Amino acid sequence: MADPISRADVEHVAKLSRLALTEDEVEHLTRELAGILGHAADIEALDLDDVPATAHPLPLVNVLREDEVRPSLDRAEVLAQAPLAEDDRFRVPRILGEAP
Amino acid sequence: MSEAEYEAVMGLEVHVELATATKLFCGCVNEFGSEPNTNICPVCLGLPGSLPVLNEKVVEFALRIGEAFHFDVPERSIFHRKNYFYPDMPKDFQTSQYDSPICADGYLEVDGVRIGIERAHMEEDTGKTTHVGGGGRIHDADHSNVDYNRAGVPLMEIVSRPEMHTAEQAKGYVSELRGILEAIGVSDVKMEEGSMRVDANVSIRPVGSDTLGTRAEIKNMNSLRSLGRAIEYEISRQVELVESGGRVVQETRHWDESAGITHGMRSKEGSEDYRYFPEPDLVPVAPTDAMRATARAAIGELPAARRERMVAQWGISETDARTLVESPGLAEFADATVAAGAPGKDVTNWLSGEVLAYLNETGLSLAVLPLTPGKLAELCTLVSDGTLSRNLAKDVLGECLREPKDPKAVVAERGLAQVNDEGELGALVDAVLAGNAETIEEYRNGDDKLRKKKRGFLMGEVMKASKGSGNPQVLNRLLDERLN
Ligand SMILES: [Zn+2]
Repeated sequence: MADPISRADVEHVAKLSRLALTEDEVEHLTRELAGILGHAADIEALDLDDVPATAHPLPLVNVLREDEVRPSLDRAEVLAQAPLAEDDRFRVPRILGEAP
Repeated sequence: MSEAEYEAVMGLEVHVELATATKLFCGCVNEFGSEPNTNICPVCLGLPGSLPVLNEKVVEFALRIGEAFHFDVPERSIFHRKNYFYPDMPKDFQTSQYDSPICADGYLEVDGVRIGIERAHMEEDTGKTTHVGGGGRIHDADHSNVDYNRAGVPLMEIVSRPEMHTAEQAKGYVSELRGILEAIGVSDVKMEEGSMRVDANVSIRPVGSDTLGTRAEIKNMNSLRSLGRAIEYEISRQVELVESGGRVVQETRHWDESAGITHGMRSKEGSEDYRYFPEPDLVPVAPTDAMRATARAAIGELPAARRERMVAQWGISETDARTLVESPGLAEFADATVAAGAPGKDVTNWLSGEVLAYLNETGLSLAVLPLTPGKLAELCTLVSDGTLSRNLAKDVLGECLREPKDPKAVVAERGLAQVNDEGELGALVDAVLAGNAETIEEYRNGDDKLRKKKRGFLMGEVMKASKGSGNPQVLNRLLDERLN
């Protein structure tokens, strides 16, 4: 079986997660993630055609709440905990690229 | 090849904010225009340890949409996390339905053509970013400020199939969609305020081809009119590009309303990879028969059925019925006026004529006018029983649109009641004729053209003498009897 995960995959995932990994860490994580994926491959070996994908482990559906207003938080208190605030808003660094 | 040798293919993605009292997963108020960051809580801020709970009203509204657009509603649907780094969501992901939407495979009839709707799914809206410095443009900005009031507001995203071919058809689709969403009470569908947002996927292909061309996604149209303009511009742009040897690239393009063009947005670094995975904090939605029955019962008469009924019962034209149904509140007003005893055709004429013109001119909504269905019905009666000529009725209506007055009171106050008495009107005609012997002479000796002119003059004098209150049919007859 080919390598379940490449260095490039690990670097890509790290970039998406905004993780700055050293060369050694990439090396180490590639091995570790390969081990985890190898375990998943054991399950893939089973015939699961008739088994629906599990989206949630609990046998529950329709956990709903009534459309009733609850008090919100105090703005001053919330903004005081933000790294930066301006103009009653959360101040964030300049964003590159458009919203998804 | 010329533009005529290409066919445009379009699909529309419509985001509509649902008119619930609270957000999708928390009890914060769902409201447009609140003070920034006043409708926020641990859930919609994504604070550690907070847990989302789905709003039952959102599910009900989604099921109404399911009914109204003939969707299949699968036994269960689930939410996913769409992961990205962009500060419009404090959680760094947006909760949305991905490959398992609540509504699948519906359709909408637009002018007799069935447009397929691939899916409609629930998702949360994002916060609002303001870019500071650099003239408000994102790339030149110094930093951004974020208001999370809108983060977590419930949306339905309704995705059509790529089955439209002209700007007109796309506008027709959105107009019909908007009318239905309003009629079933799930949204206030205001494109101008952003509670309904339309993105258009536009591509072109040679006529006769059945493969889809590369599409551009056009955003930022805030009215039906700008949707039409943006699509027309984009089709021409793509045809010119291909004709000059270029190639359409898959990208998002922004519609610039004042310049009348679309322009490409700097593309994101690297490819999009949202790493969707099932939201572990939410359990599946499995609509029961009872939930679906509630949604079905809540749906009133849909616009197409309402138009059909008005045409059949009131004998009005399809165009007039469309005018009533597409103007907010007008159809309900018409129904109430007819229920108060007025004929549908008269009611339609007043509403689609004078009343609509007044609304357009003043920018007011029907709800704030002093005119009520009862008063309009009274006006219709004053015309049909001969008390008022249609011309005077216009004046009276004008006054009732501006002032909280009854038509009958206006008539009494201004002495406008139409005079039908033949004796009284005959005396008026005689007096006018006695003072215009020369004109009568010219009338009797003139050719057809001159006769028509002189008769018109005399009729005008007679109307003037009656101060506009003489019944014109009676006056015309009396005048003719004396002249011929
Ligand atoms: Zn909240």
